[in-house]
Amino acid sequence: MFSRFLQQLNTKRITSLSNSFLNNNKRQQIMYINNFVRQNSRNKIIFNNILKTTKNKFVPITMIDQFRNFSNSKVFCHKEITPPKEGEGVTINFITPEGEKITKVANVGDSIMDITQAHDIDLECACEGSLACSTCHVIVDPKYYDKLEEPTDEENDMLDLAFGLTETSRLGCQIVMRKDLDGITVTIPSATRNVKFEGKKIS
Amino acid sequence: MAVVLVLVVVLQKKWFSAFTISSPFRLAVIGSGPAGFYTAYRVLKDHQNTLIDMYEALPVPFGLVRYGVAPDHPEVKNVQNRFEEVAQDSRYTFIGNVKYGEDLTLKDLKSQYDAIVFSYGAGQEKSLGVRNENEPIKNICSARAFVGWYNGLPQYRDLELDLTCTDTAVVIGQGNVALDVGRILLTSVVELSKTDITEYALEALRKSQIRNVIIVGRRGPLQVSFTAKELREMMNLPNTKFHTDSELVKNELFTNVDIISKDRPLKRLMQILEKGMSNSIGYKSWTLKFLRSPDEFIAHGNNDPFRAKYVRAVNFHINRLEGPLEKRVAVPTGKMEELETGLVLKSVGYRSIPLEGLPFDEDKGIVPNYKGKILDSDSNEQPGLYVAGWLKRGPQGVIATTMYDAFETAEVIVSDIRQNKPMISKDTINTAKQGSKAIIPILHQRGIRTISYEDWKKIEEKENEAGKAKHKPREKFARVEDVMHVLDT
Repeated sequence: MFSRFLQQLNTKRITSLSNSFLNNNKRQQIMYINNFVRQNSRNKIIFNNILKTTKNKFVPITMIDQFRNFSNSKVFCHKEITPPKEGEGVTINFITPEGEKITKVANVGDSIMDITQAHDIDLECACEGSLACSTCHVIVDPKYYDKLEEPTDEENDMLDLAFGLTETSRLGCQIVMRKDLDGITVTIPSATRNVKFEGKKIS
Repeated sequence: MAVVLVLVVVLQKKWFSAFTISSPFRLAVIGSGPAGFYTAYRVLKDHQNTLIDMYEALPVPFGLVRYGVAPDHPEVKNVQNRFEEVAQDSRYTFIGNVKYGEDLTLKDLKSQYDAIVFSYGAGQEKSLGVRNENEPIKNICSARAFVGWYNGLPQYRDLELDLTCTDTAVVIGQGNVALDVGRILLTSVVELSKTDITEYALEALRKSQIRNVIIVGRRGPLQVSFTAKELREMMNLPNTKFHTDSELVKNELFTNVDIISKDRPLKRLMQILEKGMSNSIGYKSWTLKFLRSPDEFIAHGNNDPFRAKYVRAVNFHINRLEGPLEKRVAVPTGKMEELETGLVLKSVGYRSIPLEGLPFDEDKGIVPNYKGKILDSDSNEQPGLYVAGWLKRGPQGVIATTMYDAFETAEVIVSDIRQNKPMISKDTINTAKQGSKAIIPILHQRGIRTISYEDWKKIEEKENEAGKAKHKPREKFARVEDVMHVLDT
């Protein structure tokens, strides 16, 4: 089942990793993948590219998701790697601090944190979605802001510490994509470049 | 044809630049807390050809994430996963147990690095300037020491505090650290025993008789520096009453309603405070006392042989507030108040100290800098010298604040590299800089035992193992000897 993956790895000459696949059981193989992508960011890119080329036929991904509980560390493989089925995805637009617009199609049920991490969009999520920081602060298009559920006290406590807080600010880890959020635009505010936001979409 | 030719040239150029073996940018980072790690993370991300060596005075990494974050806030420690990712990068090296300014000099570093980031934080505490502050009165210590003690900081492993002799603790200062120490004193030991709080601290807290914590500030309720999450946690402590000067609070809220309504964080904080004033059931209590500046620490006299030299009370000036809201000052009214207490924790902030070779602004307690680039006394940029975190902007803010601040320093470093700005010049022209490859042997020669990241992973594994046996996330080694012992076996 790993032959396609092995082929890819061999072409990339990552033989040490591919060899390990020949000798171990499934769980160990998954551990190897985890270690491999955790080693450095380049590995992560290679790995993601491999997945792109093999499309969603690649089986172990869902297994990695199942194994997430076994690992204390973050796994880079998110649901996004399996692209949503035709007609089932929801569109999300990001406006980066530089003013660039990035459009992605995501699955219903993914949080904005999941989406940014899967696509390498620059949004730091320091506490990894545990409502202990405000680093994934985003500014939501007012049209969509009202569709979201009210933030909890805990989320508001963290938002109070966010830089450039606006009327439509939310934490990215708390916004979960739904069908009716299709087409949502969120702006990633800049904390270091002193850009002033007025709570409106920057376009 | 011409187009193809241009394309070939461009491709070649690109190929060439991508594979040219130019010597890497060698960066030393002093301190392995959030400021150091976030700076390293951003530089590694934005400048591929970098080699980073991070020096840490303690044997183990992560600074205040390990030794400052409250044990009952494990979610805050998730930032360590990002640091772990940095540490696994092949361009990163951790060198623990090396004290900059003692084991390692600026000259050593300058000879082997292109640039240095100082991110060693604020290792001291501010003093209050109170009478008898420097007398050896027992059961008075800084919150910094108390936090370090329960979090396993080697420096405070043997801090002597008696929590059995009194039912009341006074905390001076109204920031998040003050609430942290208050919360730890009032939280049930059963809850704490599930956290990574050190076993010896747990043992002391198990015997603790402290039921009342009084948190004192010199100004009023609108000038507190703690934040909503921490206040909410205090209000939600089980079996704990809350006392405050409700007349003062109501009056302050009423007279400043216009300003409060425009300031969302303040408004929410005051709502929590107001709501909490109805917490009137419980055998424990906590108090926010306003308008009090400490004047004198008072010890038991010698006529009480058991309690001699232990603190008995703190004498406070009673203040009133003057000036506009944004610049409120506390002015003494001339009246005094004595608060009886058997434990005093001073929580009025941290202080950085200038280490070897660094310019220092004594007033602000920081290394003078422009966006992280160190400036000399004439405000000239110092080539290749940078600063990040509390040493750069003062000991304030949460991890996220330090993160943005470290990113700013990293951006300045990368932009300096791209603009070919001068870095640390070479001593001798012919030898290339070697970084830790050259420094580690020097340290070993000086008899210093350096700790690598692999060593730390071994230590961490042992800590996790020891924690598992006690149903805790980890049991930290609080003595340097114990850490070394792990590596010897």
